[in-house]
Amino acid sequence: MYEKHIMICGATGCLSSGSNQIAEALKEELEKQGIKDKYRLVMGGCPGFCEVGPIIVIYPDEVFYCRLKTKDMAELVEQHLIGGEIVERLLYKGPDVEAPARFYDTIPFYSKQKFNVLRNSGIIDPESIDEYIMRGGYRALKRALQMDPQAICDEVKDAGLRGRGGAGFPTGLKWGFTNKAPGDKKYIVCNADEGDPGAFMDRSILEGDPHAILEGMLIAGRACGADEGYIYCRAEYPLAIRRLKTAIQQAEEYGLLGTNILDSGFNFKMNIKEGAGAFVCGEETALLASIEGKRGMPRPRPPFPAQVGVFGKPTTINNVETLANIPLIVREGGAEEFKKVGTEGSKGTKVFALAGKVRNTGLVEGPMGITIEEIIFDVGGGIQGGREFKAVQAGGPSGGCIPQDLINLPIDYDSLTKAGAIMGSGGLVVMDDRTCMVDLAKYFLSFTQKESCGKCTPCREGTKRMLEILERISEGEGIPEDLDTLDSLAHSIKDSSLCGLGQTCPNPVLTTIRYFRHEYEEHINENYCRSGICKPLFQYVIDQENCNGCRACVRVCPVDAIEGEKKEPHEIDQELCTRCGSCIEKCRFDCIMITRVGSEADVGN
Amino acid sequence: MSAIKLTIDGQEIEVAPGTTILEAARQLGIDIPTFCEDPELPPNGACRICVVEVEKARALVASCVAPVGPDMVVHTESERVINARKNNLSLMLANHPLDCITCEKTGECKLQDYCYRYGVASTEFFGAVKDLPYDDTNAFFLRDMNKCILCGICVGKCQQVVGAGAIDFTKRGFGTNVSPGFEDPIEESSCVFCGMCIDNCPVGALIPKYVTGKGRPWQTESVPSVCPYCSLGCNINLHIKDNEVIGVSPDQESPVNRGHLCVQGKFGWDFVHSRDRVTAPLVRSNGVFVEVSWEEALDYIIDNIKDIQSRYGADALMGLGSPKSSNEDSYLFQKLIRSLGTNNVDSYTRHCHVSAVDGMMDAFGNAATTNTIDEVAATDAILVIGANPAESHPILDYRVREAAQKGAKLVVAVPEMIGLVDVSTAYLPLEAGTELALLNGMANVIISEGLHDQDFVDKRTEGFEELKKAVEKYTPEHVAGITGLEAEAVRSAARAYASAEKAVIVSDAGVREETGGAAFVRALTNLALLTGNVGKESTGVYLPYGENNLQGMADMGVLPNVITGYQHLQDQKVRDKFSKSWGVEISETPGMTAAEAFEGRKNSSIKAMYIMGENPVACGGDRLKVAENLENLDFLVVQDIFMTETASLADVVLPASAFAEKLGTYTNVERRVQLSQTALEPPGEVFPDWAVLVELAEWFGFEWDYTGPEEIFDEIASLTPEYSGISYYRLAEQGLQWPCPDEDHPGTRFLHEDSFSRGKGLFAAVDYKPEALPASSEHAAVCCATGYHGCQCLSETLSKRSVISAFKKGCCV
Repeated sequence: MYEKHIMICGATGCLSSGSNQIAEALKEELEKQGIKDKYRLVMGGCPGFCEVGPIIVIYPDEVFYCRLKTKDMAELVEQHLIGGEIVERLLYKGPDVEAPARFYDTIPFYSKQKFNVLRNSGIIDPESIDEYIMRGGYRALKRALQMDPQAICDEVKDAGLRGRGGAGFPTGLKWGFTNKAPGDKKYIVCNADEGDPGAFMDRSILEGDPHAILEGMLIAGRACGADEGYIYCRAEYPLAIRRLKTAIQQAEEYGLLGTNILDSGFNFKMNIKEGAGAFVCGEETALLASIEGKRGMPRPRPPFPAQVGVFGKPTTINNVETLANIPLIVREGGAEEFKKVGTEGSKGTKVFALAGKVRNTGLVEGPMGITIEEIIFDVGGGIQGGREFKAVQAGGPSGGCIPQDLINLPIDYDSLTKAGAIMGSGGLVVMDDRTCMVDLAKYFLSFTQKESCGKCTPCREGTKRMLEILERISEGEGIPEDLDTLDSLAHSIKDSSLCGLGQTCPNPVLTTIRYFRHEYEEHINENYCRSGICKPLFQYVIDQENCNGCRACVRVCPVDAIEGEKKEPHEIDQELCTRCGSCIEKCRFDCIMITRVGSEADVGN
Repeated sequence: MSAIKLTIDGQEIEVAPGTTILEAARQLGIDIPTFCEDPELPPNGACRICVVEVEKARALVASCVAPVGPDMVVHTESERVINARKNNLSLMLANHPLDCITCEKTGECKLQDYCYRYGVASTEFFGAVKDLPYDDTNAFFLRDMNKCILCGICVGKCQQVVGAGAIDFTKRGFGTNVSPGFEDPIEESSCVFCGMCIDNCPVGALIPKYVTGKGRPWQTESVPSVCPYCSLGCNINLHIKDNEVIGVSPDQESPVNRGHLCVQGKFGWDFVHSRDRVTAPLVRSNGVFVEVSWEEALDYIIDNIKDIQSRYGADALMGLGSPKSSNEDSYLFQKLIRSLGTNNVDSYTRHCHVSAVDGMMDAFGNAATTNTIDEVAATDAILVIGANPAESHPILDYRVREAAQKGAKLVVAVPEMIGLVDVSTAYLPLEAGTELALLNGMANVIISEGLHDQDFVDKRTEGFEELKKAVEKYTPEHVAGITGLEAEAVRSAARAYASAEKAVIVSDAGVREETGGAAFVRALTNLALLTGNVGKESTGVYLPYGENNLQGMADMGVLPNVITGYQHLQDQKVRDKFSKSWGVEISETPGMTAAEAFEGRKNSSIKAMYIMGENPVACGGDRLKVAENLENLDFLVVQDIFMTETASLADVVLPASAFAEKLGTYTNVERRVQLSQTALEPPGEVFPDWAVLVELAEWFGFEWDYTGPEEIFDEIASLTPEYSGISYYRLAEQGLQWPCPDEDHPGTRFLHEDSFSRGKGLFAAVDYKPEALPASSEHAAVCCATGYHGCQCLSETLSKRSVISAFKKGCCV
């Protein structure tokens, strides 16, 4: 028996802030003290709060240590593990708490969250099927195996679960289609080709709770009459793939996968197919083509995969997060419980990847209908540096930009669509007043434009032209007609593209024009980028009245464009300035201003 | 399922469920633009020019792939639709070189047509454009991918229909391109130069080299013709300008090739304009050929023939016809020879098919391939053995491939890996020359497992017991030892063929007798008879010939023992019928075969020979012996379009007309009589061959007063029961398959429906004899297993004077 379980976050965010080194240091320390056998060290799933990583949670004490460094480990071992006293220094501190917070319940980041999908993430050892089972795992499968397949579909439909991949199609309904489709051979495909920039919710689920996906797929297989499944996971997720493989092996050993599962006569074979990095392969028909070994290009629907799917057989394709919800719904009383959370049209929770200029970045699971304000300010802790909230890009490159005015917008499928965005996979990129909306649109469009498969004309040719127009605008070469051209082209692309990629990729452009038209007009008509992003369209000017001549900006300027004596106001030589932004970052007195090119502040130069 | 009612542009229509909006609109005569749609390829939906507005639908709908729905209301030219189409066209134009003034496609470019239709004069978009190098490496066509609009039809044809898989999409997004692997030149790819990508390209991205600068589509005349190469007889249109062929396109409506072609049909016609053409009569004088007038030449021929005839008798004369000649020319040729009093009329090239002919004749009573080419596509199982149709008869290969893609079981039993293996359900790489053992083994399995059609065997065949006894020892294990296959493979091949509802055998008529060809063909017919796979739609045995009119030539009686329609000369009634019609006595004595005349008979009784359109000296076999025999003749007349190896031995060479220069009919391997129109005036002093034969006959004193091929054909029809319902009038519409006994008869798609031509189908006990088969694959029982290598008909007379010689070696004709 172990005295304590030490859960070290082994997910993407914490790994990049050094959790592996933390784990090494901790192990060394335990060995040094000769007590390593008393503690169970687990590289666990993501607790979500990436901003403060690396994170360690110690159970059963329920103590949450964050922002850890290797040198902290000796103290942690000595004081907490041996001494039994919490190391207060390493607890969560921030402007949103009065005193250092010890666990989830007292940390504001977690206060409005609701854990369905992430229920096990960070709590169990993802490589242990026993721990999954101890947390209630595979009980839903057992129940499903005693149910009529159509009844399972109905129950999932009744729970109101909608596809978490983005489009929000009712999952139970989809299963019913496959169930009713004629054919002896059917497939379940898990779409784990998470490709939106910055999105990592599926990855966290796969890495933190792989059995939940297997169980979800098994139940889907039972409900749809399928006996084989494919998990299409991008190859860039090696840890997820490794954990899935481990989970599959364990489930097979336990008789939860394979033939005659739990003596029910139900068989299921699980395959993993690694994607090769094309974003479009997240589109279901392209994904199917890729599984079949063909070039990942979408094909028209109908026929829908429920009729003609992978290898021409009826196929249900569900996203990772959708499947992770299934065991919760199909367990005894689960559907009722599930329905209690959410809005009229969107039930349950949604996992978001909160990123951008928000203070608390990380993985957030909130009830459907949670408002943008709640996510950004309550969970996210507001905007970094206390700057002004400008907008949030919801739904990744296929989504749209929601402005500050709509801060009370509840996040559910229908409200987002109405606002011109989409739920998408759940990416939320928060922007402050230093974000240029033209640049934002350009960024997302350049992504989708590169990732267009090239099959249909509007997407292949149209996104390129839209991008070129945006590039011209951000270089100060826009013309007034550009906005109409963009608008008409964007609508044509949305209206006539073959697949979801083309049909949604103009959204960032359309929503930024819709909500921030004045910024575009400023770029085009006044050659001015108020956010200081489009380099030819602004200049940095030092406020001569407030500059106290600290020389901090002079020291960071890489091209020696700033002149001025100590304690005298400095000046920027506009000829030399490359608008790299180092000075404005450095100035602690807010004396560097973004102005129009050639504006009066520049006259003296 | 009940019909679906919908409204398109205010018109109501009812169509079957599953119909696309595009198809429904076409039924109403509404023209929706399309680039990427192709009825024989899987739904694509890539170009998006065909989008239409469906009321209540969120986005526009691609009509080419969207099925109709009940009570759908569709607008095909609403403002929203037009806007989307204009934007689409504008986007295409922005990335397309606007060199329409010199572009070869001008006038038949869909992009141009639709821009015209929607008034898109220029693009509103500017920016990056494709800048890809031309691919000009091959002899046939230019690839300018800067003009490609990525509709993907070429990729679909290349992969799905042809199976060459030479091209695919590469890269993605704006950089997407269609190219061979690694963007290699097309010449280094698996391209077979069938030209179907060119024929289906909606823009000017793929341009045949021969057409460059030669003329605009509206300046050319399109003349229906029949491909002069293999026996499938693909329907083509010759594009003529200023008495020159400047291109060929496949007939999209043709029941034979359905818009498909291979390299020979697409590019092989240029021999017509070869500089090697013989354009005036030539007479040998002091060892060299001298151009003479037709009068001089005919005079010289008549004098010599009459002299020999009077000195040695009519049987000292012999005529060799050609499987390249039209039916009319062949008919007149044998009529002339027979009118001179001898039945010494045959063809040398026929002899590499003689085993196939004999084998089929003995089993079924008719040598012809039993069913229609297109029926292969709808069968349930196919055995390809001893053949590579991709090399010898590509259109047949396309049909086999199509069937396999539709789910037919395909067993490929050939020694070497061929393209069809890719789509096969079983590949049996047997030892070369052991085909007969495999077939006997399959018969053994079929009988021992009771898979044969007892009812069919009982009612329609004879000799079953003999067969049963003969194949007893060919157990799968025994056959495995011979063929090098697994016993189980033999079993499963037999089961695949025998258990299918409809099954087809595809082989090749180019089997060699000295290596057991006829026995091999009998073994094939045994399987068909055992399983009842003959006399029904989508069954049968396919033994296609190498030459375009070998079937017709035989039909026309260019054979020493039978006259047109295989009517026996021994039959007094037949002789009387022809004597009466021709006004001459027909000899009862069967003539000499070409083989007898050439092989092993130095002291042949033949003194004079008239060879029309054949080149036996170049036809493989024992060339020296053939040449020696010809040199020993007293008098040799050769009528050909080129100074061939054979012609160079002649005393008189008469210029012949090429297929494009004369009106006439040709009969393909499915017995389809097809009309080929005159497309060109013959060069120089060349006349249509029928006219030369009529002139010769008149000089001989026969009263032939034909005014043209149609009259000749009418005479053929009047004397040949199988052809009697066929006329030029009917053929102008579409070819007709004999037997066609009367004017209202639609023709016969497959033979032996109610009874075999010989009454009952005859099984044959044929034994595998290893000693007859040298191990080398070059001498395999079936020479065509590796694409006609070793075949006796490799004269290459046409192909070596064509651009296709750059690609296709070892062509029959």
